[in-house]
Amino acid sequence: MPEAATSSAATLEAVQPATGETPVLECRNLCISYFTRAGEIPAVVDFNMKLMPGEAQGIVGESGCGKSTVALAIMQYMGKNGRVVGGEILFEGRDMRTMSEEELRQIRGSKIAMVYQEPMASLNPAMTIGDQLAEVPIFHESVSKDEALSRARKMLESVRLPDPDRILSSYPHQISGGQQQRVVIAMALLSNPKLLLLDEPTTALDVTVEAGIVELIKDIAAEFGTSMIYISHNLGLILETCDRITVMYSGEAVEVGSIKDVFDAMRHPYTRGLFASIPVPGADKNSHPLVSIPGQLPLPHQRPPGCNFGPRCDFFVKDRCDVGAIPMTEIGNGDHHASRCVRVDEIDWDSTIGAGDESEPTVPGDVVLKVDGMTKHYEIEKGALFFSGEKHTVKANEKLNFDAREAETVAIVGESGCGKSTFAKVLMGLETATEGSVAIGNVDLAEMPVDQRGPETISNLQMVFQNPFDTLNPSHTVGGQIARVIRKFGAETDEKKVKARVMELLDIVKLPRDFAKRRPRQLSGGQKQRVGIARAFAGNPSVVIADEPVSALDVSVQAAVTELLMDIQRENRTTLLFISHDLSVVRYLADRIVVMYLGQIMEQGTTDEIFSPPYHPYTEALLSAVPIADTHVKKRKVLLTGEIPSPSNPPKGCPFSTRCPYMIAGTCDTIPPPIVEFSHGHRIACHLPRDELAAMEPVIQIEKEPAHVA
Amino acid sequence: MLKLIGRRLVQMVLIILVASLLLFVIFDTPQFKKRLAVQELGGFAVSALSEADYQEWLASRGLDVPFYQRYVDWMGNILTGDFGFSYEKNTEVGPLLASRLANTGILALCVFALMIPISLTLGVLSGMREGSPLDRSITFISVFTTSIPEIATAIILTVVLALGLGWLPAKSAMIQGFDVKQLILPVLTLVIYDFGYVARMTRASMAEVMTSQYIRTAVLKGIPYRRVVMKHALRNALIAPFTVIVLQLNWLLSGVVVVEVFFEYDGFGKLLLEAALFPDVEVVQACTLAAVVVAVTSQIISDVGYTFLNPRIRFS
Amino acid sequence: MAVVTAPPPSVPLMHRLKNPKVSITIFVIAWLPLMLYVMGGSSLGVLEPFILIPAIPAVILLYAICISTFRESTIALIGTTLVFFWFLIAVTAPYLPLIDPNKPIAPFVPPFTAKNDVFFILGTDFKGRDMLSRTLWGCQRVLVWGVSATFVAYIVGTAFGLIAGYISGWWDEIISFLGNVILSFPVMVLFIVILNYLGPSGFNIVIAVTFASAPAIMRIVRGLALDVKTRDYVFAAQTRGESALWIMVVELLPNVRGPIIVDACLRLGYTTVAITTLTFLGLGLQPPDPDWGLMIKESAKTAMLFKFSYMLLIPALSVSSLILGFNLMADGLREMSMRD
Repeated sequence: MPEAATSSAATLEAVQPATGETPVLECRNLCISYFTRAGEIPAVVDFNMKLMPGEAQGIVGESGCGKSTVALAIMQYMGKNGRVVGGEILFEGRDMRTMSEEELRQIRGSKIAMVYQEPMASLNPAMTIGDQLAEVPIFHESVSKDEALSRARKMLESVRLPDPDRILSSYPHQISGGQQQRVVIAMALLSNPKLLLLDEPTTALDVTVEAGIVELIKDIAAEFGTSMIYISHNLGLILETCDRITVMYSGEAVEVGSIKDVFDAMRHPYTRGLFASIPVPGADKNSHPLVSIPGQLPLPHQRPPGCNFGPRCDFFVKDRCDVGAIPMTEIGNGDHHASRCVRVDEIDWDSTIGAGDESEPTVPGDVVLKVDGMTKHYEIEKGALFFSGEKHTVKANEKLNFDAREAETVAIVGESGCGKSTFAKVLMGLETATEGSVAIGNVDLAEMPVDQRGPETISNLQMVFQNPFDTLNPSHTVGGQIARVIRKFGAETDEKKVKARVMELLDIVKLPRDFAKRRPRQLSGGQKQRVGIARAFAGNPSVVIADEPVSALDVSVQAAVTELLMDIQRENRTTLLFISHDLSVVRYLADRIVVMYLGQIMEQGTTDEIFSPPYHPYTEALLSAVPIADTHVKKRKVLLTGEIPSPSNPPKGCPFSTRCPYMIAGTCDTIPPPIVEFSHGHRIACHLPRDELAAMEPVIQIEKEPAHVA
Repeated sequence: MLKLIGRRLVQMVLIILVASLLLFVIFDTPQFKKRLAVQELGGFAVSALSEADYQEWLASRGLDVPFYQRYVDWMGNILTGDFGFSYEKNTEVGPLLASRLANTGILALCVFALMIPISLTLGVLSGMREGSPLDRSITFISVFTTSIPEIATAIILTVVLALGLGWLPAKSAMIQGFDVKQLILPVLTLVIYDFGYVARMTRASMAEVMTSQYIRTAVLKGIPYRRVVMKHALRNALIAPFTVIVLQLNWLLSGVVVVEVFFEYDGFGKLLLEAALFPDVEVVQACTLAAVVVAVTSQIISDVGYTFLNPRIRFS
Repeated sequence: MAVVTAPPPSVPLMHRLKNPKVSITIFVIAWLPLMLYVMGGSSLGVLEPFILIPAIPAVILLYAICISTFRESTIALIGTTLVFFWFLIAVTAPYLPLIDPNKPIAPFVPPFTAKNDVFFILGTDFKGRDMLSRTLWGCQRVLVWGVSATFVAYIVGTAFGLIAGYISGWWDEIISFLGNVILSFPVMVLFIVILNYLGPSGFNIVIAVTFASAPAIMRIVRGLALDVKTRDYVFAAQTRGESALWIMVVELLPNVRGPIIVDACLRLGYTTVAITTLTFLGLGLQPPDPDWGLMIKESAKTAMLFKFSYMLLIPALSVSSLILGFNLMADGLREMSMRD
């Protein structure tokens, strides 16, 4: 590793000419390692960054690429087995590594502040928010407690929290996730820091709440002039918040540059692969399928020699890419744009990336699944057993109406609490509906729990689960788990045939046959998800429910699993119900979309209908909230205030009325909305007059010509 | 909050009722009735008794009516403070039990007074810096001391401190009135056996809190380390040990039996064992019921205390 | 997806022995004779002198397996060694050149002295029986009854815990309530009441331990089951129509195994304490056969003098070493499970 440090140091000094200003933060050839029983594991190697006052830099990368380690190293908080093993971290020109514990303490929280990924876990559950906020001025500026509290109150107002007095005296669990994150941001800003580190600050939040936080962060940058480092796995968020970007892969920065350069004229194969594997508005499952990056991330102690990306790279050349340390190379035409690729000057960057296989659009067949007035209410008795209190109804699903055809992909979109999981449970027979019907063919499943369903019905309807770490039983082999499904559904009974079928299924999901003997812990997340897909399709189902099947996977793996799912569906003409919160993915793969909010369907129609006006106001906000990693896309801003109400206490009229910018007082908050049908199948549940809905402007517009020419 | 306490109280009464019923039923067999007759009339007299006479005796003692009726009577008596009569000790059970419980209470008080500060301090020190040499040695000592059963600890302490060095009396019968010196060995035995468990619980709780994200937030907020530990960590880390300490009362009631018997200390445990070996059924029942009440009460204190200490539950 | 298939690794002997099926078979070969020997006693007839012979190599093999499994944790190694020392003594006791443990020779002989032409390494007790021989023979009963009692308690506790945790609802309410009733008795008080009712014997200890420990085990398993049952693989099993029994045994049980094994080691320690204490109190194992609790009980009445304290110290240290062994094993196992 040291060679890498020296060789690239020279290039970088040349790259960034000294300006008059001192950078707020400068990392020079930073190397960080963790020391475990297995020995030294390099987490970050040769990391360079120069952050000027008022600048916002993004660090993007997949899990395990070392992006969070960089943030914690800047804070000098590495835990007991992490250590900076080389390079420097200069804060306002001083090396933080040489500072004493007391000096660090004075800088932390006052000059450098941090916002974390999980707001709930980051706040002390046993202290009021007021006390936690007041500590910052008390310990950094030695003000009185009253003064500290009044500053805290003011800061809560400037992060736009309603009713700051109530929040000051609350405990963290008493406010919602979005509010908690605003509190954490307020805490970070209380001492007016020079540098703000944001480590995936919105990952744990719903997309409409996320949009509010992102907006707040942008305003802060403008208002306070704070320099920011924004760490995220989401390129779209970086585009919205930052000036410059560092792309990390497997412990190294692979490409650095301005947003414009990196997004429109990327010069590293990994960055290029990353962009090709995320669904942006231009992508389409039939004509422009996603292209995944082959292979998987190497583990930190199994990195290949030379370029870490080499084994997955299309441009790999033996004896060039796999020898020595690869230095960062400046690209002449950009704004300090650099790439860690030895072949950067040889590759034709304008060539289209190896396009995926185009396919004919499938023609949907007859209606397979018909949901008619399906309603699911839960009765919750407060204080069970001895003190029977008042009964409480949670309206998890309210009068759902939609249907799905053979070979069609219907996406159910919504944020937390929208009732999509309850719907899946009713469909799978783990709950029974309170009212209405859910029919597959001629069988009504609404009131038929799974133990009353025949094997044929059960095998006809299978599910792919969200969490790859949970989807397979860690105690049994992969083959055993697939075989169990085959036997259970009676697809095959002869042991030899069962075995053959397991192999066949592994082939279908493109896994090596010897995986049958492996246990789940020997598989990566994407591989586990493939096994989950194999298991779901083992009984030749006619309907498959996929509950956020790729949301827990890394971006570069997501595309491959998504494509696999689409291929098998196309092959078997399966009806796919795709549950998701991610409109980008949904736009890419769905034929029709059902938008849900608090247990009710707000809008449904074909994908094109949903993505173009007329919109339901909620759909409009949702579309505006989704970050898109494409500089050619212009979005109209629709910001929602407030939080998603609790399903146990929904608003009386339209569920969306509490947050709707078009709310008609006296109507929307008291009367349930009527369903307006625009074209055949495009239905919107809204009080707004037809004309007003029809006159809405599109939220997402793609500029024909790029805004700038690289 | 009040609702929760109310619910707990109802559960407590139910548990005590069921426990007392079990206790009553298992000692309500013919052979235990016969033993009662033997105690009252003498073994020879009972063997000479004809079946009809025996039935008559049962009727005179009220033992022929169905057990549930007698259970209700028994419970009624206990609620009015009448615990029955001990044939072995030839005295009312109530006052006997009260004085023995008081003795055990003194013992328990001393044990807690020593154990709580020792175990909490060691646990916090150990959990604060997980994996440090101090942590390792504290952990090892606590595994070691909890591995030596009370009986062995009692023997080793007696052999060294009483028989060998002669510093302390080997027995704690307190024949010549109350003597603090005689209390030392039993208390020490119980503390040595018990502190390790609480210390390890405290350590685990502290270690978990120290690696939590909100401690990271506190450190990165730039507040002094002392305050991070005292204000942020301890408040959360001591919730779990609190419940463990209160529940130790239940464990202690087990431990006192062997310690009291070994040191001949006249407490509740010794009373129970002697009654069980004799067997003196009414004393066994009374002692067991008392133990159950103490245990259930401590359970409730622990539950309610936990909810009270934990704002996450208190305000939900 | 080009995944390079690793060549099948050569399977060394130790690796093959670590296969769960093989290890369990070896354990049964080691355990069953000892159990029959202690529980059956003279009813084994002509078999009695030979029955323990196959157990000796099995115990040694089992020790080797444990050593190679636990080699990463010094603590677990020390614990295993202590436990297996006593296990080995238990199966070899009849074949060791020991004096009959129940034969009175010369009373109150201090350690390392000879009397009546016999050299007593650990002295003799108040009845004149050889302390060394009694100490070594003494581990048999406590081991056999302790392990059997814990095993039965685990089967009962795990079954109820899985039912309460997985099926929930009324089953859970009833099982948990009954568990709470039993747990509201302090353990020793419960032992005393049960053994008072049933009478003192090894089998009754098994019953008493099951009663006293099963509710605590039930609680642990219930908690684990509640956690595991929210996993998607359980959801998947439910949605393909598996029965509750199948899900409990095949989907849940293997995944709650880890923490249960750690707890079982700890509980073996508790049970050993309980048996020794109960025997000391006169409610456990009965004379004349040697047992550590009995040795303490008998000596506590007759030998409360410093020069005779070896009679108390030797069994006290022996039982402590066995319990320490179990506890260290539990600790090491927990540490190892946390690392992975």
